[in-house]
Amino acid sequence: MSNPILQVRDLRVTFHTPNGPLVAVRGTDMDVHPGEMVGVVGESGSGKSVSFLAAMGLLPKTATVAGSVVLDGHQLVGASAKELRSIRGRLMSMIFQDPLSALNPVHRIGAQIAEMLRAHSKMSERAARSRAVELLEIVGIPQPGDRALQYPHEFSGGMRQRVVIAMAIANSPKVLIADEPTTALDVTVQAQILEVIQRVQSQFGTAVVLITHDLGVVARVCERVNVMYAGRIVERASVNDIFEAPTHPYTRGLLASLPQAGVERLVPIAGFPPNMLRPPAGCAFRARCSHAIATCAESVPELTVIGKSESACIRATELMKTS
Amino acid sequence: MKHDVTPLLSVKGLVKEFQLKAQRGGRRKRVVQAVTNVSFDVARGETLGIVGESGSGKTTVGRCVLRLIEPTAGSVQFDGTDLGTMSFDELRIVRRQMQIVFQDPYASLDPKMTVGASIAEPLVVQGVAGDHDEKVVSLLELVGLSPDHARRFPHEFSGGQRQRIGVARALALDPALIVLDEPVSALDVSIQAGVVNLFADLQERLGMSYIFIAHDLSVVRHIADRVAVMYLGKIMEVGPAATVYENPSHPYTKALLSAVPLPSPRVERSRHRIMLEGDVPSPVNPPSGCRFRTRCWKATELCSQVEPTLEVRAGGQLSACHHPES
Repeated sequence: MSNPILQVRDLRVTFHTPNGPLVAVRGTDMDVHPGEMVGVVGESGSGKSVSFLAAMGLLPKTATVAGSVVLDGHQLVGASAKELRSIRGRLMSMIFQDPLSALNPVHRIGAQIAEMLRAHSKMSERAARSRAVELLEIVGIPQPGDRALQYPHEFSGGMRQRVVIAMAIANSPKVLIADEPTTALDVTVQAQILEVIQRVQSQFGTAVVLITHDLGVVARVCERVNVMYAGRIVERASVNDIFEAPTHPYTRGLLASLPQAGVERLVPIAGFPPNMLRPPAGCAFRARCSHAIATCAESVPELTVIGKSESACIRATELMKTS
Repeated sequence: MKHDVTPLLSVKGLVKEFQLKAQRGGRRKRVVQAVTNVSFDVARGETLGIVGESGSGKTTVGRCVLRLIEPTAGSVQFDGTDLGTMSFDELRIVRRQMQIVFQDPYASLDPKMTVGASIAEPLVVQGVAGDHDEKVVSLLELVGLSPDHARRFPHEFSGGQRQRIGVARALALDPALIVLDEPVSALDVSIQAGVVNLFADLQERLGMSYIFIAHDLSVVRHIADRVAVMYLGKIMEVGPAATVYENPSHPYTKALLSAVPLPSPRVERSRHRIMLEGDVPSPVNPPSGCRFRTRCWKATELCSQVEPTLEVRAGGQLSACHHPES
């Protein structure tokens, strides 16, 4: 396999809250290879968004980030604001759930995309404006010339997300982080936006990190999947293996809780996620896990290779045999 | 119909219009028809799912059924009596029978009231005699919470637990119908499953009917006996859930179902997907004729001129289309 374009090692993010330190990300390792579509799934509070906000240097000052995030040879953890500014939007961009908050309401769409272009390259205003129109066309906005002169409020939710994608890819970044990009959209519009993201990935060779809670979205577009729970990756595998041969009890629990055709009764995961102000010793999932044994409380399980997957469960091999 | 021949709820020709502010410089007041001529029945003990994208009018239908908002036209008959002609006092008595659970378990509970007081409030409002504390304890147990939770406050509970509290409150008056408006969409999937199971168990034990409003088609398929698919204020298709999901008659239903990502990479790769162009048009200016025609791949001249009506199809469902799939 090619060298990773983005390499995350032992990433730790701590928020300093009035109730004490909250460790939201507790040692995450991840590689993203050029041009691949990798999914990061998990429920609220699993640390999936925070990991990448940390990588982008977008967290508030109340957060402490430790570990290493190397993007195309640049170390991002501890980088100066100036370095980060030159990297964000050029080498790595991020899009979010709510496209409206990513757009300036008082500037025309075309001008906002042009500004993104001119921030990172010596381009004339005119050339930037015409490139902006091309970008709108790439993301599937009809009549891009006219639309470039309109304001964000004149666009629908789906069209706004396309505009934000156009901005994000303006400087042909190596990595696009898409944080719940379709969660606020209707399902027919979601299908369109996923297609735009796939097109960007294949047309420009952009690696895409898709952060989502929707396992259906992951199954549709991702090649590899990372499953996060309580600030750690608990399972990593190809999309087929995640869905067809899950190794971690949490992944299995997630899949069993999904309503699917032919399933008579859903199987919820008992209990609820741990309070991250006081994370439990050992495996964070053990309180909700029907397979937990005394050893699970002893140490935090590391990701280890189980067949074709990587799993952070000490009983994974054993459990694979019994199912 | 499971039990009785007369439906518990019968909605006929429901219309709800909202006045919009006149546009600057414009003289004409604009009107949005959020719901246009919607009719359906709900049988006793049945779950009717209402699905649709934003702006389809599904939530407005739910609110009109309970007369939380006044319908512009049409009738809502509950257990044989017309709610529209009732006075406020009469309505209050019928409302014991009809309850609602909202989407947001954070906004729907008063943060300053104990959980017990919130659950007992419908009993107080309706002036129900008897020991409320005892009733609260049995309701908490019914929804899978513990009796000592009654003394606690909403902030001490997770989203899933709060939604259970909302359900307990809705059950306080032993309703015959509960409108569930996106009751699990704010919950994480592993928690959502438990709440969905709770709805199924409660229905089996208590025999009430549900109107389950949701945008998540997979959840609705799981829980509903019948499904109504709405688009821009109208029902496009309604029928038994299995038929609508497996043999959709309306092109919109077909497209909607094909857009839902399924949690199976193999299925996803082999699926034929119908990609709808564009967004849902503005309900202020709905298309003439069939409202779906601007995004429909089967649309013809006829569709722009004549509005299709709901007709019975071979599978037993009704659909409103000139060129049905089946």
